[in-house]
Amino acid sequence: MTEEKVQELRLTPSQTVGPYLSLGLLREDWSELVSPDHPQAIRIEGTLYDGAGDPVTDGLVEIWQAAPSGRYDHPADDREDLPLEEGFHGFGRSGTVDEGRFSFVTLKPGPVPGPEGTTQAPHIMVAVFARGLLKQLITRIYFEDEAEANAEDPVLRSIADERLRETLIARKEGENRYRFDIRLQGEGQTAFFKLSE
Amino acid sequence: MEQPPYLYPDYVGTRLRAPKEPLIILPKTLSDVTGPVYGHHRPGELDNDLTRQHEGEPQGQKIIVHGRVLDGDGRPVRNTLVEIWQANAAGRYRHKVDQHPAPIDPNFSGAGRTMTDDDGYYRFITIKPGAYPWQNHYNAWRPAHIHFSLFGRAFRSRLVTQMYFPGDPLFFQDPIFNSVRDEKARQRMISTFDLDATIPEEALGFRFDIVLEGRYATPFERPHA
Repeated sequence: MTEEKVQELRLTPSQTVGPYLSLGLLREDWSELVSPDHPQAIRIEGTLYDGAGDPVTDGLVEIWQAAPSGRYDHPADDREDLPLEEGFHGFGRSGTVDEGRFSFVTLKPGPVPGPEGTTQAPHIMVAVFARGLLKQLITRIYFEDEAEANAEDPVLRSIADERLRETLIARKEGENRYRFDIRLQGEGQTAFFKLSE
Repeated sequence: MEQPPYLYPDYVGTRLRAPKEPLIILPKTLSDVTGPVYGHHRPGELDNDLTRQHEGEPQGQKIIVHGRVLDGDGRPVRNTLVEIWQANAAGRYRHKVDQHPAPIDPNFSGAGRTMTDDDGYYRFITIKPGAYPWQNHYNAWRPAHIHFSLFGRAFRSRLVTQMYFPGDPLFFQDPIFNSVRDEKARQRMISTFDLDATIPEEALGFRFDIVLEGRYATPFERPHA
């Protein structure tokens, strides 16, 4: 009670992006986080589906990730011993106008610190926006070819239901290509997260 | 109560899109207390003036929409990207999916963006959007609104919302507005008329302050030794 009193404000509520989000949020293509010519570039592709199994053509997928070293390009990550990648900031945005499909060209992130001294497997934070979503859905992309790190990942380990856990793993589809579909509802629904306070 | 649920059946669009599996609690880590910092996507000089993006002036009531972006402790969120989009004065979006038989305005695209300054302050010049009908239920109309997209300091503070106008008679029948069940929370989405921001003989002023999640402006405690 003797703590410095700060002015506590209530949060502004979320509302749906609505069907016309491309007007405001897709004026430029931000789906390539690095040049496709980058020697380490990977491509992640997927389709966003609704509960009827139909592609969502008025959605938006955003990603946020660490550099290959495992460091985030952000002041809260002050591990200066880990290099950042020139010109790579870790944020991407892809619409799903084309039959629900989204895609990103990026670099595979490195492992990052988890709670209580654990290490999180390489992963990408994902936010999904769409008409009919009153607030964004949060999920994560992990990588099929990181089985060892995935087995130790504190978040994956916290998910008891194996089928849900498997929805978070991007499948390798070829050299430097991965598939990660997102199902909002129904059979094979993707695991979604609530961020703890 | 303060944030809308994913499933709100009155808003028909949620029925096939709200997840049914319970959400998994994600512990707070560097992955979500970091987020895109927008130094590298600077908006253009006229991006915050939606009335000057074409040859002529758009139709409708010119307005100023301004305010501050704050965190939960009332501190300004500096240098953060604010993106907006909206219908024109007749209630029509410049989008191929919008078939509402109201006129497109050749002088209005309806999209803008800006960065907050050192006080978390932003300002747009635009046109008051019109209400428009939609197919959610019989005789459904969206109250006039402007879509807002904000990043804040972290992945976890990301917010997309809608700004409404004071005294709109359409609030009672709008399931998107009413999906926020707490009345005080709903009020926080309504701008206030602002005589001080009003430009005499030119534009009405509206104030819209936005509060994003985040109480970690102080250096984040390293989660590992």
